[in-house]
Amino acid sequence: MIAAASEQTGGQVGDPVLNTVVFGAFVLITLYVVYRVSSRNSSTADYYAADGGFTGLQNGIALSGDFLSAASFLGIAGAIAIHGYDGFLYSIGFLVAWLVNLLLIAELVRNTGRFTMGDVLAFRMRQRPVRAAAATSTLVISLFYMLAQMAGAGAVVALLLDVHTKGGQALVIAVVGLVMIFYVLVGGMKGTTWVQIIKAAVLLLCVVLMTVFLLGKFGFSLTDLLDRAAANNSKGEKILDPGVQYGRTPITTLDFISLSLALVLGAAGLPHVLMRFYTVPDARQARRSVVWAVGTMSVFYVATLVIGYGASALVGSERIEAATGKENAAAPLLAFEIGGTVLMGVVAAVAFATILAVVAGLTITASASFAHDVYANILRRGNADAVSEVRVARLTAVVVGVLAIIGGIMANGQNVAFLVALAFAFAASANLSTLLYSLFWRRFNTSGTLWGMYGGLGSCLLLVLFSPVMSGAPTSIVSGVDFHLFPLSNPGIVSIPVSFVCGWLGTVLSREKADPALAKEMEVRALTGIGR
Amino acid sequence: MTEVVPRRVAPRPRPASATFGGIGAEQPGVEPPAGPDFAALHAGPEFTRLRARFRRFAFALTALFLLWYLGYVLLAAYAHELMAIRLTGSITVGLALGLLQFASTIAITALYVRWARRRLDPAVAALRADAGVDR
Repeated sequence: MIAAASEQTGGQVGDPVLNTVVFGAFVLITLYVVYRVSSRNSSTADYYAADGGFTGLQNGIALSGDFLSAASFLGIAGAIAIHGYDGFLYSIGFLVAWLVNLLLIAELVRNTGRFTMGDVLAFRMRQRPVRAAAATSTLVISLFYMLAQMAGAGAVVALLLDVHTKGGQALVIAVVGLVMIFYVLVGGMKGTTWVQIIKAAVLLLCVVLMTVFLLGKFGFSLTDLLDRAAANNSKGEKILDPGVQYGRTPITTLDFISLSLALVLGAAGLPHVLMRFYTVPDARQARRSVVWAVGTMSVFYVATLVIGYGASALVGSERIEAATGKENAAAPLLAFEIGGTVLMGVVAAVAFATILAVVAGLTITASASFAHDVYANILRRGNADAVSEVRVARLTAVVVGVLAIIGGIMANGQNVAFLVALAFAFAASANLSTLLYSLFWRRFNTSGTLWGMYGGLGSCLLLVLFSPVMSGAPTSIVSGVDFHLFPLSNPGIVSIPVSFVCGWLGTVLSREKADPALAKEMEVRALTGIGR
Repeated sequence: MTEVVPRRVAPRPRPASATFGGIGAEQPGVEPPAGPDFAALHAGPEFTRLRARFRRFAFALTALFLLWYLGYVLLAAYAHELMAIRLTGSITVGLALGLLQFASTIAITALYVRWARRRLDPAVAALRADAGVDR
């Protein structure tokens, strides 16, 4: 079997027809569920927040579904297979980040807002400028994140469905995008949440079964697994220690610290994660959501550790790097190695489903922010009726979906892995500082909010523009010219402190006073949930 | 910059959804239309105590896990020899510390949930009852 598989590594492994069938089954099942749970009534509370009708358990699973993108599954498993321990560092950052949500964000955000991040930030500030800033940051983060997912879809298509022409990949990306738009339009938040729940359950089941199988194969000895992984990796024993990927120069080490900061502080500022806290009836259920999310993600990330080293052990780093999807191919190749075409088909379908579901979650977040913050509260000054607000939201969802399809087709094959890390840096810089200040610092005011958000977003964008991501390195987007001034690929270590300082400076330097009555009201609401 | 914009845009009276057992259903007309008196609630000793207790606990735990995480990141970045020490078989200090991050995340979650159930929830329930929003 190994001989047969290695013959195919240059091209296709597995059976494209089977992969398509399994993925098609997932789409049909989820479409049916979305259709069944969707309520015809078009209230804003139903479309944006599923009427707060999910339990903590359901929302916790859905949260992990939203959070575990294709980058988490294929990307981290691949990074561990190739770079060893350094890939594991991503998992730890992604998981520990949830403690910020648990301790400081989930319950308080649930109690002070209704539909969007803008609800919390604008609670005691001047509505229009703050909502404009919140919507800008939500749209920028969601679009960046979405682009990364959709561009990844192209690579997954090439790998799993054996579609190698650009036109064919574009067609598949468009189909994936259209299904996603359908989920959001018909199902609203309720349908989208169920898609996340189903996807998370299948993903988790899949990685746990693979993990148990792998551990069993190595007699439940982690040492045997690690030794085989090191033996079959071109970097040898070094993959068991940190530093393979990030330890080359002092700059890459600093880049790694910057990335770690963005990972741990970013999860609490991601708009599509924040919006999930509104789909439960009260703060206790919001807390339970995070608990379940932490539970499922702990299992998932431990499993990806075993899968990553397992891929190195059984497939070998050279074959992975020679395969069509490079690092991203590690998990599918391992699945083929241990379970043949059937397991490969399941993993392929799960990877697709992951992209589909995460993009759906991002689309509903972006559409909610535009319809609720921009249309209802800025353009109509809070006088929009629910029917037209939901209509605008649905229209926005179509526009965002089409943008995602076009962006995905154009970015297909580009080096876009940095976009996800960048979205985390944006979230940590623009959103976390302002959320924390407005929840915990009574003096924080409108000007501080605007300084913090635009300062964080702006410094992030500028630093990336002048970083090796854009120019001056072999992997840069722009080749030929070198205008890089900032040595790090990830701006977090600078932009996160900048946003905190900006928020503070904007507050103390402005003459305007925060509204004390609203500040008191917000404190009471945040802790007790009174008034919501 | 000084335009007058309606402060809160989300309509106050919630539709009588199942959320809190129907806020408007119990004592119609008893509360002023502006809703609960937040300033009075905010000044009350129960709320002040609850807020102080919550912030002390949440901030302390946040500082704890952030320091522990950053310490781990710095070790992974700069203390390669230490991380490469084999504990047993091929299990290194680095792998053990990484798995310890998982364990500590789960432990902190459990600790917070237990604390919230014992301390936070009863205090919140009492405040809500005083404010007349529950039962």
